Amino acid sequence: MDFLVAILASAIRSGTPVLYATLGEVVSERAGVMNLGLEGVMLVGAYTGFAVTRSTGDPWLGIMASFFAGAAITLIHAFLCITLMCNQVVSGLAMVLTGYGLSALLGRGVIGETIAGMAPFKMPLLGDIPFIGPIFFQHNAMVYVSYLLIAALCWFLFRTRAGLNLRAVGENPRAADAMGIPVTYIRYFYCMFGGGLAGIGGGYLSVVYAQMWIEGMTAGRGWIAVALVIFGLWNPARAALGAYLFGGVEALQLRMQAMGSSISASLLLTLPYLMTIIVLTIVSIRAGKGILLGAPAALSVPFRREDRD
Amino acid sequence: MIRLKFEPRLDNPAWVNVLIPVTAVVFGLFAGGLLFSILGVNPFEAYWAVLNGAFGSIYGLSEIVTKSIPIMLTALAGLICYKMLIWNIGAEGQLCMGAIATVAAVRFFFVDNWAVMFVIMFIAAAIAGGIWGGIAGFLKAKWNVNETITTLMLNYVAINISEYFIYGPWKDPMSWGFPFTANFPDAARLWVWGSTRIHAGIFIALALAVILQVVLKWSKWGYEIRVIGENPRAARYGGMNIAKNIILVTFIGGAIAGLAGMGEIAGLHGRMSRGFTMGYGYTGITVAWLSRLSPIYVPLVSFLLGVLLVGGDTLQVVMGLPMASIQILQGLILFSVLAAETLSRFRIKIVRVSAGPAEEAK
Repeated sequence: MDFLVAILASAIRSGTPVLYATLGEVVSERAGVMNLGLEGVMLVGAYTGFAVTRSTGDPWLGIMASFFAGAAITLIHAFLCITLMCNQVVSGLAMVLTGYGLSALLGRGVIGETIAGMAPFKMPLLGDIPFIGPIFFQHNAMVYVSYLLIAALCWFLFRTRAGLNLRAVGENPRAADAMGIPVTYIRYFYCMFGGGLAGIGGGYLSVVYAQMWIEGMTAGRGWIAVALVIFGLWNPARAALGAYLFGGVEALQLRMQAMGSSISASLLLTLPYLMTIIVLTIVSIRAGKGILLGAPAALSVPFRREDRD
Repeated sequence: MIRLKFEPRLDNPAWVNVLIPVTAVVFGLFAGGLLFSILGVNPFEAYWAVLNGAFGSIYGLSEIVTKSIPIMLTALAGLICYKMLIWNIGAEGQLCMGAIATVAAVRFFFVDNWAVMFVIMFIAAAIAGGIWGGIAGFLKAKWNVNETITTLMLNYVAINISEYFIYGPWKDPMSWGFPFTANFPDAARLWVWGSTRIHAGIFIALALAVILQVVLKWSKWGYEIRVIGENPRAARYGGMNIAKNIILVTFIGGAIAGLAGMGEIAGLHGRMSRGFTMGYGYTGITVAWLSRLSPIYVPLVSFLLGVLLVGGDTLQVVMGLPMASIQILQGLILFSVLAAETLSRFRIKIVRVSAGPAEEAK
């Protein structure tokens, strides 16, 4: 029982950085812009968060900085994909390269330094519930913020006027345009907002999780986040489930290694990636059977007012 | 109010194919230099170090060619898929599987004759890489599984598998604990030119560039691929088998990338060690786009990226910058080529929009 609780609690902890990036991508893709560059955006966020926390001593400022850094670097992607109508896959790849290189160059001076980070604390009342408490409510503040974010995004996307506009832009930009919704501005805003959330995912890694800067420290989490959006069928709550599942596999793998399991660590490390492929396949098979998915119809289709369909 | 208006260009002059990549590279390097100077790195010093490292010696020149071999192959691997709008970004993993198969071939099927050994390694690497690419193609063709994600996930799987072998069953018992496999016997090494590290893989790469150019441009199959890429609806009406072709191009692409792995192992290193893939798979994607998906430009563009990579080594040694800094330039060049493509397709006009209802309705 204790073992299960420990695994599930660390699933939440290690799933959280992926979760932030996944939520960001859900928002961006719902508006019709696919950002494959999350890996690069997260790294920029991770470096910025670490650097700001290191110089101000305040992890909250660090996390905020990683949001703005992530949003700022995503502006390049937004400009290319929205204004210049470029290929979103290739632009995303360029984003990964640029973000990786930029963060490596920036971070060359702070390698090996550590910061205080955020201490975990038990939520009053909720943290004392047996079983549930230790799994969900004995973490650091950024984990609690992510719970609120999941709920807020679900409400915003499906229950508000602004959320409806956002989805309209991703589903049918032409109709949205005819309704007087500013397609371009909305896409810019949510693409950058999504980049900001990915930046926080990176910031969480460096400020809260590792409490140091390591070159390329996201180790593929940005890509996993892109996959989890499909796994979550563009729904924040399901995407969160996917992120925790991924975190669980990661935690289990670490635990087995620590227990001296005879299975090779390298082979265990393939599990999250294989799981992503399997889940993606199952989702796609279901989609092929006509089960409604929620993929935005205009995902990665640029919008030009003058075009005729 | 001012708005940008994109008008499609009706004429598409031939010089565009040359002008776009050249402008993109120049602009990318300029933007990179600007970024370097903002980050406190003297861009002139950095670019001088890159040029000096690359062209300052015969060794540098030969290293550019050596590095451009796997880049050419991974670029061709991606290119053939992109022609059909299949976003295979898994050349890194396919290269890795080709390398694993090469080591396996030497361990289990060693024949002390270089010609026979070459054929065995060639087939093993091509099949292993091909299967690795074909998995994603199969999933795409059968259930429409997003190939960008699957090829990418398979990269991580392949690299972890290679590390399993490097640290585990295939670790050289004579390596004093260092993570690499045993050195290849001479008969399993590819031909190497004199005292350089340029190996026979270059002939495979150049030959494939020419073959793909011819096949894609003049064969019936190449025509099919182009039609499926440019107009899938027309292809379907024309009775072309899209699913079969998806599996085929991902298999062929994977096989080509697998050969890059064979070249790296049997030609360059003579053993498999940690981190040997070097990100060539990703560099190949940049090259494929800079070549505007024409195989015949791939060797030239690979050489150019080879300059950057060799220069990146020098940056690390001379200026103490992380080798990844060079990725900034790669990324910016890729951004620029994308932007330049749009500018070649559209004439951009700045129009003043008055707030009147008649104008708004337009």
